Amino acid sequence: MSEVLVLAQRDGDEIRRATAETVALARAFGPPALVVAGPWNDGVARSAAAAGPEKVYALSGLPDDSVSALAVAESLADLAARSVAVLLPSTREGKEVAAHLAARLESGVVTDAVRLEPDAEGRPVATQSVFAGTFTVRSRVTRGVPVVTVKPGAAEPGPATEPVVVPLAATPSPVATAVRVLDRSVRPKGDRPQLTEAEIVVSGGRGTAGDFSAVEALADALGAAVGASRAAVDSGWYPHAYQVGQTGVTVSPQVYLACGISGAIQHLAGMQTAKTIVAVNKDPEAPIMAVADFAVVGDLHAVLPKATEEIVARRR
Amino acid sequence: MRTVVLAKYVPDATADRRFDPADHTTVRDDIESRLSELDEYAVEQAVRLSEQSGGEVLVVLMGPGGAADAALRALQMGATAAVHVRDAALRGTDAAGTALVLAAAVGRAGGADLVLTGMASTDAGTGLVPAMVAHRLGLPFVGYVDELDVAGGTATGARETEAFRERFEVALPAVVAVTDHINEPRYPSFKAIMAAKKKPVEVIALTDLGIAPDEVGFAGARTAVESALRRPARSSGEVVKDDGDGGARMVAYLVDNRLI
Ligand SMILES: Cc1cc2nc3c(=O)[nH]c(=O)nc-3n(C[C@H](O)[C@H](O)[C@H](O)COP(=O)(O)OP(=O)(O)OC[C@H]3O[C@@H](n4cnc5c(N)ncnc54)[C@H](O)[C@@H]3O)c2cc1C
Repeated sequence: MSEVLVLAQRDGDEIRRATAETVALARAFGPPALVVAGPWNDGVARSAAAAGPEKVYALSGLPDDSVSALAVAESLADLAARSVAVLLPSTREGKEVAAHLAARLESGVVTDAVRLEPDAEGRPVATQSVFAGTFTVRSRVTRGVPVVTVKPGAAEPGPATEPVVVPLAATPSPVATAVRVLDRSVRPKGDRPQLTEAEIVVSGGRGTAGDFSAVEALADALGAAVGASRAAVDSGWYPHAYQVGQTGVTVSPQVYLACGISGAIQHLAGMQTAKTIVAVNKDPEAPIMAVADFAVVGDLHAVLPKATEEIVARRR
Repeated sequence: MRTVVLAKYVPDATADRRFDPADHTTVRDDIESRLSELDEYAVEQAVRLSEQSGGEVLVVLMGPGGAADAALRALQMGATAAVHVRDAALRGTDAAGTALVLAAAVGRAGGADLVLTGMASTDAGTGLVPAMVAHRLGLPFVGYVDELDVAGGTATGARETEAFRERFEVALPAVVAVTDHINEPRYPSFKAIMAAKKKPVEVIALTDLGIAPDEVGFAGARTAVESALRRPARSSGEVVKDDGDGGARMVAYLVDNRLI
């Protein structure tokens, strides 16, 4: 039976939980084969096996000094053409690989799937959340090998396996190596949960006035991830990787706490599918209030520390 | 230098965006629409580069009649000329078909030293088109760029993904997709608005690009939307005013609802 290619999202030597979820999802369509790009060692091998695939393609030889999405796509094109589907992470890189790959395969692509299910013929049907989370769309690839980018939370990871490891060597074309990387800074793996995978997200906006300490303290008391609005990111108060919204990441946690965030449509686009929304805002008329399940009208610099204290007190 | 900006005419993010119940396309009529905000960053960057080192900025759009407004906006922002691909057969075109049309339009216009796009559209938002256009044109591609300079036939800049930030360099011609962190798009002056009225907008059809109707639209699409359902609107819940106990009440809410 043809395999389902899954492109791994790695964090150093660790394969992300979202990848294990996608591997589990892939089983509905065929035996999952995980593609792990970059340096291969025992640590990565263990983490790849923990993700539960039947096979692992260890893709090496990617040029370190060029933008790599195209080189990854070129390396996978032949394998992908023989697969039943290709599933990639719904990240910036994942979508770039998806676009390059689909262009080569003459396949359709569905992005940002929050669910993926087989239809009566076993072909994948994706569920997407669109127009700032106001619509649920079901769509499919109708031509070529389906290429789908999958968001975190689409399935529960399965058990670990003992996959066969097949080495794969990248042979990038001149176009793929044309974009030279002069320097690269990899984001350090923080101590907090991953924003896109966290059960609880505490976000700060312009209302923090640049002081995220109360937001971070509450997040840590809750074991939550920290997010930020674009206003906070634009002001240089928090790194772009933490931006929630249309041009940042989309999160769908159990609880989203918006602190000093007005709730512009572009921000809502990134968090409106959260199970529960809690807002802390000085302005009772802020748009975020209209979507919050619970809201405190007040100064976040007063409210958040009290909430943090209360959580710590309840734990004792 | 010749820069071509690929831009899209989209329903405004704050309008009641919805799907046609019959064919699941985005409703484009009777809805406030505009030049996609994410493409304004590309137009702005192209205009700034041309202001620095000369050259022309051609804007290429594909869309219904109303897209002329988006073309005009780009011209007001400082673009030199616009090409609007308009054809009834384009209804239902997906990312792959859009890339086919836009790449053909760039070719017909005589190519470009630099092709600039926004990072994604603000409606469908797949972000796939820029890399697909690069494939069609056989050019290198750099996405998610938030710093960009051009000098001596080379583009340098910086890009950022969830995992890393990198500085890059690429010899032109190339396709570059920029983010909303690259600049602050200008608000056109009265003078610029008046000047835009005299700038050329060429409206062309698929035949002008040598593209058959069945290569685009629903016939050429490689994806299909099966259903599009409006989610129940979120409603506001309990609102408490902080009288010193707001933090504690918030925690009580989370605990009572077994959320923590
Ligand atoms: C193309 C495009 C893409 C965009 N993408 C994104 C995106 O991905 N993510 C995003 O977030 N935005 C995005 N935006 C920007 C968005 O439109 C808003 O400008 C932004 O979300 C506002 O951030 P904010 O809520 O922090 O700031 P503001 O809108 O200024 O709101 C600040 C809020 O804090 C409250 N406040 C102030 N002081 C306090 C205090 N002491 N205690 C409690 N509350 C206080 C105020 O009442 C106000 O409601 C995008 C915009 C465009 C055009």
